[in-house]
Amino acid sequence: MKRHTFNLFLTLTAFWLLNSGHYSALMLLLGLASIVFVLIITKRMDVVDQESIPLYLTPNIFGYYLWLIKEIIYANIVVVKHIWRGQKSICPALKKIKISQTTDMGKVIYANSITLTPGTVAIDLIDDEILVHALHFRDIEFLEGSEMDRRICLLERK
Amino acid sequence: MDIVINISSGLCLFVGSFLCLSGGVGMLRFPDFYTRMHAAGVTDTLGSAMILIGLMIISTGFLVFIKLVMILLLGMLIGPTTSHVLAKAALHNGLEPQLGHEDADNKETTSSNP
Repeated sequence: MKRHTFNLFLTLTAFWLLNSGHYSALMLLLGLASIVFVLIITKRMDVVDQESIPLYLTPNIFGYYLWLIKEIIYANIVVVKHIWRGQKSICPALKKIKISQTTDMGKVIYANSITLTPGTVAIDLIDDEILVHALHFRDIEFLEGSEMDRRICLLERK
Repeated sequence: MDIVINISSGLCLFVGSFLCLSGGVGMLRFPDFYTRMHAAGVTDTLGSAMILIGLMIISTGFLVFIKLVMILLLGMLIGPTTSHVLAKAALHNGLEPQLGHEDADNKETTSSNP
């Protein structure tokens, strides 16, 4: 709890400093006051925990981001091809796929990664299944190949 | 050095604009709601990212750069969330997706929307 509050304080301070660009004493004090105010509010709302401040993902997340960016670029090229070729080239599909993540955070990262990749959208998340709509059924087959699934499981391992 | 920065930034902006345009064309061309959402996804992700990267390259000063990075991250978080909510709302309110006929392939076909 203490540690998470401290992490939140550091993150907010960095966010404030990077956004403001004014470093006079008065401004810094006002910024500090607003940060403390936010901390008090989050404390009263009781929302500060590992889930709202997922800093434990930090060591592994950058590798995952790099891989995801590569996937996004590739998927974008595929979708743009479909767009310019027209309706004939697409073959929309709707399917439930199994996921192997156990934590809520893992499931959310997986579902959001699916949606972030153009061509596939995660529509619903029920227990350990995600309902996916895809522009082409081959995209779903790729997801079932579970490269992404495996990488997210690795991401969460501490 | 200056010319390299200008050219690479211009290239990024050009690619970004092309992707955004493609997203718009896809919105008009694709048959139903769900497939149109995929087209919007192109504008959402790589289209905006390339434009922001192009702006990052020519940005003056660290603070401007960081703000562009923040906009990029925010967009990457908000984009999928909103499209997911949109798709879920559409499906729960009974909008059936048009599914393709996988004629050449041996998977089971489910065609809807009579």
